Amino acid sequence: MSEHELRVSKIRNGTVIDHVEGGQALNVLAILGIDGSEGLGVSIGMNVPSDRLGRKDVVKVEGRELSQSEVDVLSLIAPEATINIIRDFEVVEKNRVTRPNRVTGVLSCPNRNCITNADEPVETSFEVVADGVRCDYCSTIIRDHLADHIGV
Amino acid sequence: MRQDHLITATQLSRDDIEAVLDRAREVAADPAAYMDRHAGAVLALCFFEPSTRTKMSFDTAAKRIGADTIDMGGVESSSVKKGESLADTVRVIEGYADAIVLRHPSEGAATLAAEFVDVPVVNAGDGAGQHPSQTLLDLHTIREDHGLDDLTIGIMGDLKYGRTVHSLAAALTNFDVRQHFISPESLRLPRSVRFDLHETGAQVREHTDLEEVLPELDVLYVTRIQKERFPDENEYHRVAGEYRIDADTLEDGKEDLTVMHPLPRVDEIAADVDATDHARYFEQAHNGVPVRMALLDTLLGDDEGTEVDR
Repeated sequence: MSEHELRVSKIRNGTVIDHVEGGQALNVLAILGIDGSEGLGVSIGMNVPSDRLGRKDVVKVEGRELSQSEVDVLSLIAPEATINIIRDFEVVEKNRVTRPNRVTGVLSCPNRNCITNADEPVETSFEVVADGVRCDYCSTIIRDHLADHIGV
Repeated sequence: MRQDHLITATQLSRDDIEAVLDRAREVAADPAAYMDRHAGAVLALCFFEPSTRTKMSFDTAAKRIGADTIDMGGVESSSVKKGESLADTVRVIEGYADAIVLRHPSEGAATLAAEFVDVPVVNAGDGAGQHPSQTLLDLHTIREDHGLDDLTIGIMGDLKYGRTVHSLAAALTNFDVRQHFISPESLRLPRSVRFDLHETGAQVREHTDLEEVLPELDVLYVTRIQKERFPDENEYHRVAGEYRIDADTLEDGKEDLTVMHPLPRVDEIAADVDATDHARYFEQAHNGVPVRMALLDTLLGDDEGTEVDR
């Protein structure tokens, strides 16, 4: 058994998010809205050696199969991520994340003067543009460090 | 009754703009013909920020097409003071009026309001965002002097926070216009506006000196540089002074150069420009009435009317 497998044990049923850029695992969980309170079994491997990425993070969510639309938003912080659906210890589905057209309720707008920061009954909404995301309300574009804006 | 919204200038096509401006021309030529057109309609004026020209010209425009207006009054005297959300405020007012004109200090306020109501919402300024009805009257003013194609336009001053600038720049991309943006480095166009201009393939250049480009211009659109944008008052005076024009400055401009300003001005256009043939800013302000009459007529709709497409 390799060092890698020792750190992150296999799951029976659920989702394995692999090839996440090193250091982004907690942001992946934040984006997915998983904080442990759901009672799901969650294992995280951080900075695991990877041939493809050098170092990668791995997130395993026991007992929940994430849908493609749920995971596509991860493409913003983990464009190389692969999503493995596990049933009875076997990978039954393996997908890449694809960029969604819009990201709703995940990011907060960095423009303090944006109406979405004014305690109004709306979710934030960002259009995914060429090299970032753009607020549907105030047009502010976020290009870098998207993970800093997670959590509304 | 036809229903739609005017939220940003980016939503306007060339056809939309020309339809409103053609109608504004008709209105200006024969205002009496529009006098009773919308009798019984009610326009709500919801200004969460002070306004003179925009509010009064919408009020006048509504009355000149036969509609009545209701005014939310200042924020201090309204339920907003009690902590009511904008979403709730507009949903209440929707029950009183056939259209809502909204000015608000937060960017995106009109976008949000339009999500919560079915009556047309006109964005009359959202923070440093957009001010599309101002753009329509700006374009009307330019069109009456020069037409709207094969033009070189300079836009100068506070391009970062100037909502009239953001809307005008977006709308001009529908026409064959070369746009020159003149500002201090700290007040250049925001990334989102540059992004849109780039996406449309607009002919755009940015400058820090007016002299570089003044002789080429058909129109110079001047905006106010506000003191509160600078941490240091001396810095403000130094920078603002570089973007001030007077009659002497305009000696280097074309003979038929049109000078515009959304007003209020402080001292960025010296009083001696007022008497020159270049000055067009008071006419520009007056054009707010026929253009907003045409806009309201379009949004409120009628059997002959065409609505603004989104």
